[in-house]
Amino acid sequence: MVGVSVGNRVSNDHQLARLLQIGVVLEEVVEVRAARHYETLSADERDADVETLLADAREESADHRERLEALIDRLDADPVPLAEVEALVEAQYAQTRPEDFDGVLYDQLNGEETAYKFYDDLIEAIEASEASFALDREELLATLKEIRAEEAEGVEEVTEFMEDRA
Amino acid sequence: MNTADQYLKAIYLVQRMENGPASTGALADRLDVSPASVNEMIGKLQDRGLADHEKYKGVSLTDEGIEHAREALQTYCIIERFLHNVLEVEEFPSEAKALESVIDETVAERLDTIIDREPQCPDCFDPKADMCAELVPEGEAD
Repeated sequence: MVGVSVGNRVSNDHQLARLLQIGVVLEEVVEVRAARHYETLSADERDADVETLLADAREESADHRERLEALIDRLDADPVPLAEVEALVEAQYAQTRPEDFDGVLYDQLNGEETAYKFYDDLIEAIEASEASFALDREELLATLKEIRAEEAEGVEEVTEFMEDRA
Repeated sequence: MNTADQYLKAIYLVQRMENGPASTGALADRLDVSPASVNEMIGKLQDRGLADHEKYKGVSLTDEGIEHAREALQTYCIIERFLHNVLEVEEFPSEAKALESVIDETVAERLDTIIDREPQCPDCFDPKADMCAELVPEGEAD
């Protein structure tokens, strides 16, 4: 629908930085929730497998966040400091009630699926844009595609885990 | 948010401002596209049962169209509020407009978990200011 399209997509460093920041926040949410989720489970719901699954998810999100931040640093944009975001996300989840076991896994799945969708849309928008950015386009796309692939694997892992438990 | 949703949202807001059908010209201005583009999309929305077009009067949303438009507006409100409250972006209305086509509803739902949105959302959206009325700076509200 090229002819009727609205919005300027990703047309400069500033917009790209903002979108990458949204990615950072999504990863932050997954990270904080994965950490909190394990705490909300009752003793008989906890086991090494769940712990590993959530710990891996947390680690992977932290790694994605760092990679996105490294990209943002190289763009010609004045990024908004994100230091407070972590505190904000923590504060928000401190108010949430403990969830049941299925809720924890479902939320984890939802977080990874959402992140996947976000990277997918972002990659498509960058590919559709003719703008040049302060960082190498191919490198930018390669990094985002790697992260997207890891999100896809994450979705698969949680799905398999849920099926095994069902 | 896809292009069709952006049009539905614009029709909904223009209808609210004009208290009647939305004219092609008003929609073209609001979306910053040509009137021909607006007509093309209106035809598509009509085919999908989301809008009715009456010659010389303009376009009105069907009940289903309104439902879609309100969801799109809610997604847009989340993006504006997220930019304003979390990333502390001063130019949040123009930035939200620039980014809305890349932010999917499911992504907005996730961002929604860390912002405080009013329960009456999206009814509090100010179509003239093109932002959530709660975010309109004091003295500039209608």
